[in-house]
Amino acid sequence: MPTSLIDGNSLLALDIGTTTTRASYFDVVDGRYRFIAVGHSPTTAAAPVNDLGQGVRHAIAELEVLIGRTLMDQDKHLILPAQPEGTGVDNLVSTLSAGPSIKTVVFGLLAEVSLESVQKLARSTYSRVVDSIGMNDKRLAHEQVDAIIRQMPDLILISGGTEGGASHSMKKILEVVGLSCYLMPGDKRPAVLYAGNQELADEVKSSFEKLVPMLYFSPNIRPSLEIENLEPAEKELASMYPKIRQRQIMGVEEISALSGGKLFPTAFAQGRMIRFLSNISEKGILNVDLGASSTTVSGAMGGRLSMNVFPHFGLGEPLSGLMRYTTMEEAMQWLTIDISADAVRDFIYLKSLYPATIPSTPEELAIEQALARHILYLAVRQALANLPKARPPRAGLIPNFDPIFASGSVFAAAPTLGQSLLMLLDAIQPTGFSTFMLDQNNLLGILGAAAEVNTILPIHVIESGAFVNLGAVISPLSNASAGTTILRVRLTYDNGEETLVEVKQGGMEIIPLVVGRTGNLRLEPVGRTDAGIGFGRAYRVDGVQGSALGVVIDARGRPLRLPSDAVKRRELLKKWLWNVGG
Amino acid sequence: MLAPVTHIIPLTTIIRPRLLPTTGTVQVRSGDKVVPSDVVAETTISREHLLIDIAHALGVPASKADRLVKCARGDKLAKNAVIARGDGIIPRLVRAPRDGRVVAIGGGQVMLEIGETPFELRAGYPGVVAQIMENRGVVIQTTGALIQGIWGNGHMDFGLMFNLAEQPNHVLASADVDVSLRGSIILAGHVNDEKVFRNAADLPVRGMILGSMAPSLVPLAMQMKYPILVIEGLGRRDMNLAAHKLLSTNAKRDVAINAEPFDRYTGTRPEVVIQLPVTQEPPLPRDLETFAPGQVVRILRNPRQGAVGTLEVVRSIPTVLPNGLRAICADVRLESNESLVVPLVNLEVLG
Repeated sequence: MPTSLIDGNSLLALDIGTTTTRASYFDVVDGRYRFIAVGHSPTTAAAPVNDLGQGVRHAIAELEVLIGRTLMDQDKHLILPAQPEGTGVDNLVSTLSAGPSIKTVVFGLLAEVSLESVQKLARSTYSRVVDSIGMNDKRLAHEQVDAIIRQMPDLILISGGTEGGASHSMKKILEVVGLSCYLMPGDKRPAVLYAGNQELADEVKSSFEKLVPMLYFSPNIRPSLEIENLEPAEKELASMYPKIRQRQIMGVEEISALSGGKLFPTAFAQGRMIRFLSNISEKGILNVDLGASSTTVSGAMGGRLSMNVFPHFGLGEPLSGLMRYTTMEEAMQWLTIDISADAVRDFIYLKSLYPATIPSTPEELAIEQALARHILYLAVRQALANLPKARPPRAGLIPNFDPIFASGSVFAAAPTLGQSLLMLLDAIQPTGFSTFMLDQNNLLGILGAAAEVNTILPIHVIESGAFVNLGAVISPLSNASAGTTILRVRLTYDNGEETLVEVKQGGMEIIPLVVGRTGNLRLEPVGRTDAGIGFGRAYRVDGVQGSALGVVIDARGRPLRLPSDAVKRRELLKKWLWNVGG
Repeated sequence: MLAPVTHIIPLTTIIRPRLLPTTGTVQVRSGDKVVPSDVVAETTISREHLLIDIAHALGVPASKADRLVKCARGDKLAKNAVIARGDGIIPRLVRAPRDGRVVAIGGGQVMLEIGETPFELRAGYPGVVAQIMENRGVVIQTTGALIQGIWGNGHMDFGLMFNLAEQPNHVLASADVDVSLRGSIILAGHVNDEKVFRNAADLPVRGMILGSMAPSLVPLAMQMKYPILVIEGLGRRDMNLAAHKLLSTNAKRDVAINAEPFDRYTGTRPEVVIQLPVTQEPPLPRDLETFAPGQVVRILRNPRQGAVGTLEVVRSIPTVLPNGLRAICADVRLESNESLVVPLVNLEVLG
């Protein structure tokens, strides 16, 4: 078998989400890797099937029809590697986000040091922190033990103690963890990741090795008060993830084995890809993924990654708990049509009960898109402090990222690409110059996983146009009053033609630049306007690629403020929707 | 495409495990007939622990304290029993502050499990014990009607069912919950008044089977001690005709309600079981279906949410919906003979 994919290896990638399983096929076309097709099936992690395998086989069967190639034998087993007669596939990688959120208890010492870091670590995967215990926890040790036993966590993350620091307090914490695990039924004991003071690692090993089903170690995530080092622990957590899921969902073990251990949490694989891209980019890269059971907001800059997975934000089951984080009034502010709060509430509960269902009416679509905007807005704001930034943006604003990748069926399957882009602009409210890439087939995570077997394939696929370029967006910052000219934008097309647009504060302008064409942009701020590189500073962006909407200048203001009057607000929202093509 | 299935079946065989939360003793034998109130297994549950710092209490190092402990793991101790005794002519004593069981000793500390309470597992369903699961519980088999819901408040009971829902669009008023319903299970349509639940609790009733419920009532419904089971969902929805017909025709029969919450991963669903006599064992419900013409289906989303019809055709190419979304759809003919085009993902098979 050839070792380099460029020699002709095909790749099958499985992406197993909460509601949908996708089987994507990649092969070499004209000497470069291409995404060929994707087969879909409902995910079968839940009852009555309770076996991921069935959904995977359905998705592969659909893919076989699409590509006209046999990938499974008569017994529906994947043919791996590819056979000389042309059946099968050479490599398999998988990403997984299906399953209930992983109940996690985190331990640390100081609230603003190790406990904060370990909470960030927990946020790097599909976990839900059900208890957080630090040195200043007011509960007695046995009360902490009882609290943990009541929660029956799937995972315990332990941090704390600087390298070479005192270990007495850490020992107290380890005692609570040990007693809790000891008192839980053997088959219910959690997986444990120790990421604290390394001097205690041997003691942790000897005490916990026979007590818990999975014990992992990573370097100290807080080796000193000033240094935070999450990356090795995030990697360790990602490798634990399939094993935790194996205890919850049938079929994970089989897929992990078939993938040769290359089964990754989707968020981790997406993060890996944007981290990789950030190494070859001068700017920060953002990825947002609004799924049925969670929302992921990850940012990377110069190889530094920040992952934020929010299991309480999603367009499926988590919807029923949305009002714990917002108000109905805020959630409804993005509605383009007049719909009662009761109807929105009904929608929320119905969608949380049936997460795989889709809106059938214009009213339901309006509600779903309004909720998608608000959920992503909340998630981005929660992630804000944790995102890498090149230069400090104005307080409360998102730093500049370019490109911004987006996935999730609400964006990918929206009736128009203009609607997809507008939802993203309203929710993320970017600053400066950003290219929006829509990941319609959930490829980003798959490519992150594929990089494990071949580093060329992801680059070829990204360059091949497998992602939909929604548009190049300029989001100027200005305090000018509405209607004042704040920016002049000159687009010079590749054929020499030019378009000049004067942008007014509060407006939204679109300069067409169709797919296949390129252009050079000249951005000239008027007055105190920051078009991306500082107040009053003009700049050029050469080689802007043609896209679905072209060049979009979003001068609606940051933060975006909507009229409080519902009628005026709906009119404005409709106008913006009209701007992007309805 | 695989289809989600909800069971609304007039006659079927129902097999349900009933398991203790922890190991215990099974009280019945295979083949025993049980009614829902029968205790089938029992155990004791302790929800609290107490950590006693012997070393600190005796003023000795932890390693020495372990040697002074006078009880062993597993010992049951009465309040004031001696746990550890210090050295000296007048030794210090460490006593159990409460009744409890020693669960761990080490590091100069003793951990007691306290607050032990007996736990009885009831059959929950009328039927026959089909299987004993040693130290854990039983499997009960019965025959009858099975109606699954979508939301439950976690309780379980049984009793005579009274039908207050003459029509599927019935709305239950608090005044209708009167003393004549004491001890019964109420079948009703929609509830949007919290007084309904409070009146029912005052009587008390043994359960409520509802078509739908206002979402704002969820917290209160969760506090009620009697089972509340919702067939359609939260928000104003009529009970589907199939469920309404099956339940209303079985009014004044004993029914068992298990209003356990819907969990898509374990497959647990709130359900009503009405035991019915049979001469021949009916087939088990089919949990797995693929969408196919002829199936009875329920529409899960607006504009006709809750409507039941027959699936006529699964379209092979995506259809553009009125809102612009594209989806694989099916043609569904309702009982009124009206034909609708519905996305497949918005359908479930009834049967």
